[in-house]
Amino acid sequence: MSGRRPKNQPEGGQAPVVQRIRLHYAKRGPMRFTSHRDFARAFERAILRAGVPIAYSQGFTPHPKISYASAAPTGVASEAEYLEIGLRERVDPAALVGALDAALSPGLDVLDAVEAAGGSLADRIDASAWRIELPGVSIEAARHAVETFLKATEVPVERLTKQGKRTLDARSPVVSLTAAQTTDVTPSEVAGVPCAILDLVVRQVTPSVRPDDVLSGLREAADLELPVPPRATRLAQGTLMAQGELVDPLAADREVAVIGTPSP
Amino acid sequence: MSEAPVTTANLRAAPTVWPQLEQLLPKVSKPIQYVGGELGAVTKDWDAAAVRWVLSYPDAYEVGLPNQGVQILYEVLNEQPDVLAERTYAVWPDLEAQMRENGVPQFTVDSHRPVRAFDLFGISFATELGYTNMLTMLSLAGIPLDSSERDETHPIVVAGGHAAFNPEPIADFVDAAVLGDGEEAVLEITAIVREWKAEGCPGGRDELLLRLARTESVYVPRFYDVDYLPDGRIQRVVPNRADVPFRVHKRTTMDLDAWPYPKKPLVPLAETVHERYAVEIFRGCTRGCRFCQAGMITRPVRERSITTIGEMVKEGLEFSGFGEVGLLSLSSADHSEIGDICSGLADQYEGTNVSLSLPSTRVDAFNVTLAQELARNGRRTGLTFAPEGGSERIRKVINKMVSEEDLIRTVVTAYTNGWRQVKLYFMCGLPTETDEDVLQIAKLAHEVIKAGRAATGSKDIRCTVSIGGFVPKPHTPFQWASMSSPETIDNRLKLLKQAINSDRSLGRAIGYRYHDGQPSLIEGLLSRGDRRVGAVIRRVWESGGRFDGWSEHFSYQRWVDAAAETLPEYGLDLDWYTTRQRDENEVLPWDHLDSGLDKEWLWQDWQDSLSEYEQDDCRWTPCFDCGVCPSMDTEIQIGPTGKKLLPLTPVNAGLKVPS
Repeated sequence: MSGRRPKNQPEGGQAPVVQRIRLHYAKRGPMRFTSHRDFARAFERAILRAGVPIAYSQGFTPHPKISYASAAPTGVASEAEYLEIGLRERVDPAALVGALDAALSPGLDVLDAVEAAGGSLADRIDASAWRIELPGVSIEAARHAVETFLKATEVPVERLTKQGKRTLDARSPVVSLTAAQTTDVTPSEVAGVPCAILDLVVRQVTPSVRPDDVLSGLREAADLELPVPPRATRLAQGTLMAQGELVDPLAADREVAVIGTPSP
Repeated sequence: MSEAPVTTANLRAAPTVWPQLEQLLPKVSKPIQYVGGELGAVTKDWDAAAVRWVLSYPDAYEVGLPNQGVQILYEVLNEQPDVLAERTYAVWPDLEAQMRENGVPQFTVDSHRPVRAFDLFGISFATELGYTNMLTMLSLAGIPLDSSERDETHPIVVAGGHAAFNPEPIADFVDAAVLGDGEEAVLEITAIVREWKAEGCPGGRDELLLRLARTESVYVPRFYDVDYLPDGRIQRVVPNRADVPFRVHKRTTMDLDAWPYPKKPLVPLAETVHERYAVEIFRGCTRGCRFCQAGMITRPVRERSITTIGEMVKEGLEFSGFGEVGLLSLSSADHSEIGDICSGLADQYEGTNVSLSLPSTRVDAFNVTLAQELARNGRRTGLTFAPEGGSERIRKVINKMVSEEDLIRTVVTAYTNGWRQVKLYFMCGLPTETDEDVLQIAKLAHEVIKAGRAATGSKDIRCTVSIGGFVPKPHTPFQWASMSSPETIDNRLKLLKQAINSDRSLGRAIGYRYHDGQPSLIEGLLSRGDRRVGAVIRRVWESGGRFDGWSEHFSYQRWVDAAAETLPEYGLDLDWYTTRQRDENEVLPWDHLDSGLDKEWLWQDWQDSLSEYEQDDCRWTPCFDCGVCPSMDTEIQIGPTGKKLLPLTPVNAGLKVPS
């Protein structure tokens, strides 16, 4: 080591990263009301509770090495959230799933873990699939609104952000949008009312267009009114293929993991 | 369960309100605070519980959740097999409006049950500014605001916490108040309620309250009549029922090692004001600062042993995953083995990213040594010193024995040990205070910066001067004192600011934070008020008063108007309660509530204060007869034990699956 330590840096330093693991997790039920920051705090504590050998950044206030792929908005459930952690010791990904899932509140559920084979998680995510339940909305009303929306080339909607109101186009990033009747049990606890279901695939753009914005778009374009707050769930994220399906962002790592696993 | 005697009390149904609440949450800010699901939260079978408590800290979730009192009682109660305890907090006005519009009642965050369905509703008041929030919770719960209008279908509303040492301003709204430590008191109350319910609730609510009152440690305001003199002062407070004691005594939990709570701290998903595992390292304080109600009403000093502290920290961190530990007490450096505690914990957590903090308030270079020890792993926390008074004279008045040299030496030690910033805490509005006393704060701050620059040879050092408003509190030597008017306070704060900035070079290195005088005056009204002040609280709440501890919600004008509308009926006004000095023989509203302190001793200490005579600490000098130990049958419990913290066995390498 030559040269001097940068000014105001502590001596020593943190252990280097020896393994990167990508996690697939879900935000379910009441836990959908966690914000991204809430989840991040809970996850950092879960790391400590589960004894995960997390690596830390350098400096006077070291931070655990955790990076998140685009998080679902507060109030929206998700079956498809992703993050990556850097570890200072190697762990078995399957054991990590069990330990972290037990360390998190029920409803914040760790589903899968794969050792990162390189590349960037963010580069493998360019679209999201959402399911939106609309209690109190008939299938006819929903279908009509969807048709009108899809016919438009542009549907400007307003969103209140911390910087004030901004206008964005809710139509162009929408890859597909279909309306269906609820098939199984009433998804919301409001019994005895119709409930239309929207299936939506949206390309990731900046600023991102979220289920809320598409619903605003349905109101703008086709006067679709919602008597009860809707319930949205992210079903998948990944690389958008020509036929409109999404490729699991961990698939590439998984292939490498299988090929690269030395036989016992 | 069908064999259980059928009474009104166990017919209470408590279906969850979650389906209705869930519809409202997308419309309000920070919905996660209403969801529950924290680590450490307990949900139990409603029907299997013989006694059901709902506990509250009457403020927003982000402030209420970390409250130690509520967390301790929650755990103590839920450890009882047949007892269920849940929690409720004050909802923000956006959700309150939605709940009123949609008929959703005040709910618990654990199982979202209606508060009204519980047997007991315990509210912990650390400050009087939570009173209006209590009224919101009662109203949303569908519980009549007036204790006298409640029946067997309503919970017994019990106040606790430091403000409960004078519950008279809320005497109309609470059914009972408990003074002092809650760990054993809640179990005793639970036993009485359990027995009364098992007997089929004989005599109804009145009988239950009477049984509670007979313990002599639960105050039931309705069993006491207050008579007034023609000039408005209290003539006497007397029981209006047979076997109700003339005085109600505070509870003291001895042997803190036997009560190592919280073991399973609540770990919130929402962001809260304290994100740490807090361990009380001792309770009580005998430093004798005359303004400090906490130091007066929590006597005697009872230390938790170094070994119990070590175990609690280890288990608390493992359970919670918190990255920070706070070693709490009224003056943490005073623990008889604080040096070993700090170096032991520093050893145990060296090389980890756990940060250890000692909220230090005493001006003592030893505190810097301890903080230095705790910061060994690189996680350095802020340093705060509290000289409280600006001049040597006023520090004698308040019995804060610290000299200017002590302060400068301590702060310079901090600077030379690498702290570039310290916080100095003072009060404004103290008894006998003059402008000159407050201006001395500027001189002290200037001296601190000059000495710090000289010692470090650097201009890169700062201090922040933080000023709080003095509020005279019951059961302290200052309970007779007059408050200064908000105008006087604000003028002194303005003069102080000018004095700090009179030297531009020094002034630039000094931050200045203060609260203006108006909120303190209202706190003064509430802290030393009597039952007639209840009308003011009710009027403020009716006109929209909520969250009075939050400057953005507090309205001084609303309190002034409410006082002007309600107090003249009794021939009184706001000044009578706040800026008026009391005489030795005046009956104070809380005289029938026994904190153990001898009123004659308090009066003598008040006289000593006026003659600037200081009082030593009874831990190191002979007993000065404050009265607590003999009247409460307690004693000082301090070490040293001579034990040390052992190195932690290396954490099992590998992952753990928390249960």
